Amino acid sequence: MDGFTISLLAAAVQSGTPILYATLGEILTEKSGILNLGVEGIMMVGALAAFLTALTTGSPALGFAVGGLAGALLAGVHAAVCLGFQGNQVVSGLALTILGTGLANFLGTPFVGKSGPGFTALPIPGLADLPLLGPIFFRQDVLVYLSYLAVPLLWLFLRNTRWGLDLRSVGENPAAAAANGLNVVGWRWIGTMAGGFLTGLGGAYLSLAYTHLWTNGLSAGRGWIAVALVIFAFWRAERAMLGAYLFGGVMAFQLRLQAAGTHLPSSLLLMLPYALTVIVLVLASWRQMRSAMPAGLGINIEPPD
Amino acid sequence: MAITIEEKTSALHPLATTALAVVPVFLVGAVLFALLGTDPLEAYRVMVVGAFGSWFDFSEVLVKAIPLMLTGLSVAVAARMLLWNIGAEGQLVFGGIFAAGTALFWAPHMPPALVIPALVAAGFAGGALWALVPAVLKARWNVNEIITTLMFNYVAIIFMEHLYFGPWRDPMGMGFPGTAMFKQVAWLPRFFQTRIHLGLFIALAAAALLYFALKYTPWGYRVRVIGLSDRAARYAGFAFGRQQVMVMLLSGGLAGLAGMGEVCGIHMRLQQGLAVGYGYDGIIIAFLARLNPAAVPVAAVLLAGLIVGGEQLQTATHLPASISLVLEGALLLAILGASFFNRYRLRRTRSR
Repeated sequence: MDGFTISLLAAAVQSGTPILYATLGEILTEKSGILNLGVEGIMMVGALAAFLTALTTGSPALGFAVGGLAGALLAGVHAAVCLGFQGNQVVSGLALTILGTGLANFLGTPFVGKSGPGFTALPIPGLADLPLLGPIFFRQDVLVYLSYLAVPLLWLFLRNTRWGLDLRSVGENPAAAAANGLNVVGWRWIGTMAGGFLTGLGGAYLSLAYTHLWTNGLSAGRGWIAVALVIFAFWRAERAMLGAYLFGGVMAFQLRLQAAGTHLPSSLLLMLPYALTVIVLVLASWRQMRSAMPAGLGINIEPPD
Repeated sequence: MAITIEEKTSALHPLATTALAVVPVFLVGAVLFALLGTDPLEAYRVMVVGAFGSWFDFSEVLVKAIPLMLTGLSVAVAARMLLWNIGAEGQLVFGGIFAAGTALFWAPHMPPALVIPALVAAGFAGGALWALVPAVLKARWNVNEIITTLMFNYVAIIFMEHLYFGPWRDPMGMGFPGTAMFKQVAWLPRFFQTRIHLGLFIALAAAALLYFALKYTPWGYRVRVIGLSDRAARYAGFAFGRQQVMVMLLSGGLAGLAGMGEVCGIHMRLQQGLAVGYGYDGIIIAFLARLNPAAVPVAAVLLAGLIVGGEQLQTATHLPASISLVLEGALLLAILGASFFNRYRLRRTRSR
């Protein structure tokens, strides 16, 4: 494989990483039966919180953690509206996107164009020298390596642990789960906030590793792409990884083609990720994604009489 | 002591809960203002006076309310049939593109009396066309319309930029991101010596028409039945998919009219600044109005006041105008939460 392709694939992994974190987060949330369409807003808030923390403390690691916490906090608003007040999950998620985007742009405006400390590539000794795999996967930054761990961990958690089973059964059939003595509302709170944490990490990746500076509108629709990828991935972590790198690849490819000055109109290239999202959704619906969807997704539990 | 929840038919009136919801929203805003070192009371005063302080300021609120009424109606009519049209933004853009194309290339060769009707038709058609693909995908294969309509927003905006940076660029524009200005015949008439244009009456007429159509026509009956339960509607033998497509086209067309109004009533050209989020505001307006077309104009004026107030605040204090976005999102969340008290009431009970 030539150098161009390898560097493109490495860039695909990097630009796919924020989408991967967000997709994993939304999978966790939806598995508990809560649909959170606020991913875009959560990413924006996570990105800003991470950036500001890193800027003031000088510690990107602390920034990353705070980005996740900010995401969890905002997701908590969604949980409060949907679980505490029986609000419609679709509308609440949309409101969260509007709120989060506005909040990040409002508080971030004084910092537009400022650069802060962040993560840079840290090749893993040994692995980085593997042919092909080394340059693509193991010459990235620490946050990318963390996402490699997050995928199998989420997979194991959902599939093989008691808690994972409880969380899934709350999402599949809340009435039956409650009859079995599970705290349905409690598990949904956990699913939503933990999912928000992962989504916030995705935002933090954008401001700490993907760029090292703040711009308004940083996430540019990546949160929505993550929402679509959950469906494409049939709510499975390992497939989310594939999907996220596919989109990362498209974004990296589009940037490179533009830089290379091809004769293709650049607007056509810019449309690519968004058009691909629609295509991916159509493909997923042909393959009967409904059977993979948590059966209780998006349906509120009526309070007991 | 414990608190129990019970369902209650005569819980709080919707207007009361809406008023209740405003309180936490203003508190959130106050905290944000304080964070940026501004006196919250002064900031709110600037916003209110800026939006409602004089007839001129209020006329600007009405000007802003025109596209908001139309996108609000767009979202509301789709939501009445359990369809989530998050694509009003892109449909608005396409309505604007179609209207601009008509104004630039056809209007000069048309009998003047036909120009305005042609612009209106083009705006509606552009918006409807942009809703067509998501509508068909939804009806045919049940593809999630929330995400498809949203993705189409990005595509529409990129396409519009391509047009005014590329083939439609004003050759005399000295690099201005926009088309040439339209001939005067393609300008929507303005009223009361303000920027209020024909779009206001189109929007109000659309709201009235939709209200009566939903309430009194067989079509409205079908929409309401489907909105109550899609299973019941299928059982009753309604042509479900076709209804979905029709409503989405109507929804897209309404948003397209909003774009036409902006392009032919305000900018008089297709230019940067058409896609400023009115489509997303439409979601808030639709739910503020509880999906009732008759209430949409009122909600649109309120939200327009918030937006104009935010802009005035930016001019006066250099605080970012995105504060109105924050307040909008918080308002929608608070209203969702407060609606709980329309359906339930809390009662203190003795713990066992």
